[in-house]
Parts: sequence; structure tokens; C-alpha cells
Amino acid sequence: MQAGQNSLEKLICETEVEIKNADGLHMRPAMQFVDVASQFDCDVTVSNSENSVDGKSVMQMSMLAATCGTKLKIKAEGADAQEAVDALRELVEEKHFDEPTPKV
Amino acid sequence: MEIKKGIAVSPGISIARSLVIDAEDYRIPRRKIMPSQRMTEIQRTRNAFKDAIRELTQLEAAQDETEGGKIKDIFAVHLRFLHDRSLRKKVTDLVHSDLVTAEYAVSATLREIASHFTKEKDAYMRERAADIYDMERRLLKHLLGGKREDVEHLTEEVAVVVRELSPTQTAGFNKKFVKGIASDAGGRTSHAAIVARSLGIPAVVALEDLTESVSEGDTVIIDGNRGIVIVNPDDETIRQYEEYSQEFVELEHKLDAIREKPAVTRDGVKVTLLGNIEFPDEAEMVLQKGGEGIGLYRTEFLYLNRPSEPTEEDHYQAYAETVDVFKHRPVIIRTADLGADKYTQSKRFAPEPNPFLGLRSIRFCLQNLMMFKTQLHAILRASVLGEVKIMFPLITNIQELMQAKMIVRDVMEDLDEESITYNKNIKVGIMVETPSAALMASTLARDVDFFSIGTNDLTQYTLAVDRGNELVSTLYSAADPAVLRLIRTVIQDAHKAQIEVHVCGEMASEPEYIMLLLGIGLRTISLTPPMIPEIKQIVRSVTIEDCNNLARKVLGMNSERQISNYLRDATRKILPEAF
Repeated sequence: MQAGQNSLEKLICETEVEIKNADGLHMRPAMQFVDVASQFDCDVTVSNSENSVDGKSVMQMSMLAATCGTKLKIKAEGADAQEAVDALRELVEEKHFDEPTPKV
Repeated sequence: MEIKKGIAVSPGISIARSLVIDAEDYRIPRRKIMPSQRMTEIQRTRNAFKDAIRELTQLEAAQDETEGGKIKDIFAVHLRFLHDRSLRKKVTDLVHSDLVTAEYAVSATLREIASHFTKEKDAYMRERAADIYDMERRLLKHLLGGKREDVEHLTEEVAVVVRELSPTQTAGFNKKFVKGIASDAGGRTSHAAIVARSLGIPAVVALEDLTESVSEGDTVIIDGNRGIVIVNPDDETIRQYEEYSQEFVELEHKLDAIREKPAVTRDGVKVTLLGNIEFPDEAEMVLQKGGEGIGLYRTEFLYLNRPSEPTEEDHYQAYAETVDVFKHRPVIIRTADLGADKYTQSKRFAPEPNPFLGLRSIRFCLQNLMMFKTQLHAILRASVLGEVKIMFPLITNIQELMQAKMIVRDVMEDLDEESITYNKNIKVGIMVETPSAALMASTLARDVDFFSIGTNDLTQYTLAVDRGNELVSTLYSAADPAVLRLIRTVIQDAHKAQIEVHVCGEMASEPEYIMLLLGIGLRTISLTPPMIPEIKQIVRSVTIEDCNNLARKVLGMNSERQISNYLRDATRKILPEAF
């Protein structure tokens, strides 16, 4: 994870996360993700290898159809970008949406 | 003006405004709008979202936290979707750019989103499409409001344009106002065809994408003689068709003139013509057309189009009404032939993967004994009103027949205990409509009073062809030598056992098969009422000797094409108007 600051005082933060819950980023996790993202003022963009979508739109997030093991890039732009990225990373990788992870 | 070609399945001409119905029974409203209507449609979209959100909020609040709040979560997710601005924008943008209605835009947008999920390899993700369809239905419900009711409460004459007509939809029609049927899917023996013929209205099927070309309220001409549907015809075409329609009605009247004459061949052999009906009010038409009884009374309508199972009294009223028309002429009531349709499938947790080889007809009844007994109770109670007979559908082996007959005896004992009178010697027969029943006919004949050959299913099961599937429907033909040999076996075995036998499938309504059927020994035919005069005309024009010769020749032929060409030529000589 790196954080950088550009000259126009617009903070951009990026991180890469891996989906860890067994059922992937289905409807309910997508909803949780959007709920967390919406608490911040910054813009949140999420991308997989093909598409970039608005991290505050449940429709667009669920259409990523990210399954367990998928890697997603989260990019936040705005004053509270760092907090947003941290909170989202925690949701995806540590809390894994309060859902079970696959049995190994 | 647009001309569409399909398959003509029920004769006649209708010129009427269209009523377009989609698979979910919703009317698909006009798709295109004028630029000036944009704002209205966008406002309608917003209102629908607002109404759907209000409804979902109430639903969510009413849920408790059982099952870990899973149901509550589902509503919450749907709510979040409907609140999503980018979704709403997608819909309103479509209205704006493509000039389509709110309904169309909602449906197109959500289906596109759903298609993202159905393409996924992960099964869990694929199932998410169901959530999207659910949201689509909810929004459409709010957009269309009470319009769904209109199918049942028609007040003007319409031509029904539909993707594929289901029995449930048919049961819901106000038949007085339906003047014609046109469907995207289907074949000669599809449900749309059977219904149209029994109602005596024109129908054309297999029009592929007709529902895409017709908007609600467009004028359509349905030409059930040539298999053509004309969308938005010009004045000249309408004039020509009105003239043509007049001539056609005159021919029908000419045939009606033979109503009072007996169905006797030129060499004096009596043939009994019975009618197939689905609704009690069709019984009158059978009489009008010169039918001598009911050879097939389909009772499924009693189960479809109502929220709960019919009561014994519901059954009884329907049967009594029909029997009353015929007094002491035969009325053969077929026990519920449900299955492979919405009725049985909706009762299941998961639909059967192969319903036509699944739990249908007598099999369904034998597993739902309360329902079966209720119907038998009503049939037996009605048996004192006239000459009622019981017929079991889709018997495939002797055990099923024995079981069904045992249940009839059980119900008779119940009636004895209740001191209700019934005909103790009621005749019991079976439909022979599977290859297994046809091959075992000599055995089955010992335990029944009559056979009725159901040629639609017999053809489908013998040739392994789904008659509603356009890709293979050309393979479906009762003129196939394999089918004809089975039919001959059944008729011969019935004669040997000295029991009655008739044919009640669509084959019996088609002029080209009549000489053949008489030639292989059939003397009772049950058919769709509007065709009775035409078939009688054929009976009165032939001799049994001619028929025997024709049958001998046809049964020596090996190809379906050779047989159907030969039969058509032979019939054309007798009744040229039929073609």
C-alpha cells in the first residue's frame, strides 16, 4: 500500500485486496462495501482486471461478480481517502464481510 | 404494414386490435414513445422506484431476525439497489435516448444486468440473477398497476398476441372477446392451437418474433387459413380481408347445413362423432355442430386459474352443467391430466428437469390421493344425471390402472356410507397415449370398458419429439408409420376384446386422416367441435370399402412423407374446400 499526495491537495490512495469469503462479493457483501464507502466524502473506484466501477454503487459493485480469490484494486480520491481505503481493506480482508472463509 | 408467416393451426379470419401478453401474464405496453412523452415516462420511472422502495421498506421492517436475518438482508439488498442512482440513471437514460416506455426501459436494463450474472461460472453468482429478476418484477408491478387484471376482464374484442400460450393464461381469458390467437412459439398441436380450435377462432403459431413487432392496440389480421398475420394493415388489405372473411363464413354455413344429417358412409356404416371440450360452456357448441356426445372432457381448467384447489362442489357443478346438455348421450370425463405445467411445477421446490417424463397425469393423481378422490367423488355423484364415463389419462402399465380402479371403488364405498346415489356400473376407460400402453393393449383391454387413443402424446412419445419445439416440430407427425402401426394394434386389440375404442387426439380433427382411421376399423371419433361438420362431410362422402383399400395401401408404406402426401391427395378429391 502506498499513499501519495499531489500538488493540488487532492489525496489519492490505492490498495489491492483479495476477496476471502467463500461466496465472493455477492449482493450482501456488495451492500456492506457500499455502506462503508459511502461514509466517506472521497470518490471510491474499484477495479478488477477488466472493469472499473463506482465503489458507492451497489449495482456496479455487484456486477464485478468477484468470486473468492479475486484481487481488486481500490482507489480513493479526496480528503479522507486514506481513512476510506483503510476501512475498506479491513472490511474485505480482515472481517471478510463477517462471512465464512473457505475450508482448507 | 408488416406481414408475418407462421403455421395456420385453426381456420378463420379475424381483424381486431391486439392484446399483447408476455410470459409473466403482464401486458407489454406500447414500446415506442414520442419525444414529447419523455418527461412523463421518466417521471413514471421515478414514481415506480419510489413506490417499490416504499413497499420494500415496509417488507423489511416486518421481518424479524429469524434465520440470522437472512430474509431481512435480501430486502435490504434490493432496497440498496433501488436507491442506487447509477441504476436509475441507466433506466432514465434509456427512455431518453431510445424513446421507449418506462416499462420497457426497466425490463431491458435489469435483464441486461441479470445477464452479467447468468454468464458467471460460479453457481452462487449465477443465482444472483434471480434477485435482479425479482426487482424487475417489483418495478413492473408498480408501473403496470392493475393492468394484469385486464386479461380477465376484457371489454372489447381483441386478438391475443403471445409468446407462448399457457393453459393458465387460457383459463383466464374472457372467451367472449378473444377473436384470434397468434403466438411466437408452438406447433399444430400446441396449447394455443387446441384452444383456438375448440373456441372456433383463428390461430397462427410459430411466428418467431411477432410479439416484438406488435405493440398493444395495433390492428392485426390473423389469417388462420393461410398462416399469415398482418400487423397494421392498410385500408385496402383490410377491405380484401373483410370480403374473404365473408366468403369463409359462407362455406362454414354450407357445412352447417349437414348438421341434421347422420354421419353415415355411402355404404351405410354409422360413424359416431363426439366432441372434445375443455369448458362446460363448450358443450352447447358440440350439440350445435352436430356432435353426439363428449368423447373427451378435459378437466384441468378447474385447477388452473384459481388460488386454491377446486372443491368437490366446484367439480360437480361443472360436470352437472355439461351432462345436462347431453342428458342420455355419453360424456367421458377425463380425470385431471395435470403435470408439466405451472400448476404442478409451482407446487414443487425445484421444477422437474424433464417434466414430460415426470410426475404428470395419472401419476400425479396417484400421489395426490385427496385431490384425486375429490374429483372422483364429484364424477360419481354426477353419474346419475346422464351417461357419464370415467377416463384415466397417461396409463403406462397395468399396476397404475389397477390402483386407479381401486381408488374408484374406495370412493364408491365412501358414497355408499354417505347414502349418495351413483351409477354402480359406470364405465371406466383409459387413454392409450404411450407406446407402452399401446403395446400392452391386449392386456389392458381385459380390465377396462373402453380405450381412447390420445394421438398427440402417443406421437410425441413414440417419435421422441417435443411438439412445441420449433427446431424439431417437423418430425412430429401422426402419419409416421411407427405411430400408425401402434394405432392399428390398439384398435385391433380393442375389437378382439370387444370393448369400445375411439381416437380423441388432434389427428381426429384433421380431414386427411379420417379415411385411414375408418379403414383401420375405427367407428367412433372424438374431435374439436368446430371441425365436426367438415369431418361428417368426409364420412358421408366415402365408402368403407374405399377406406379399407386406402388403409391397406398406407400401412404398406414406409415413409411419413409418402403417407401424408397420399392421404392429402385422397382427401382433396373428396373435400377440395378443406385445403
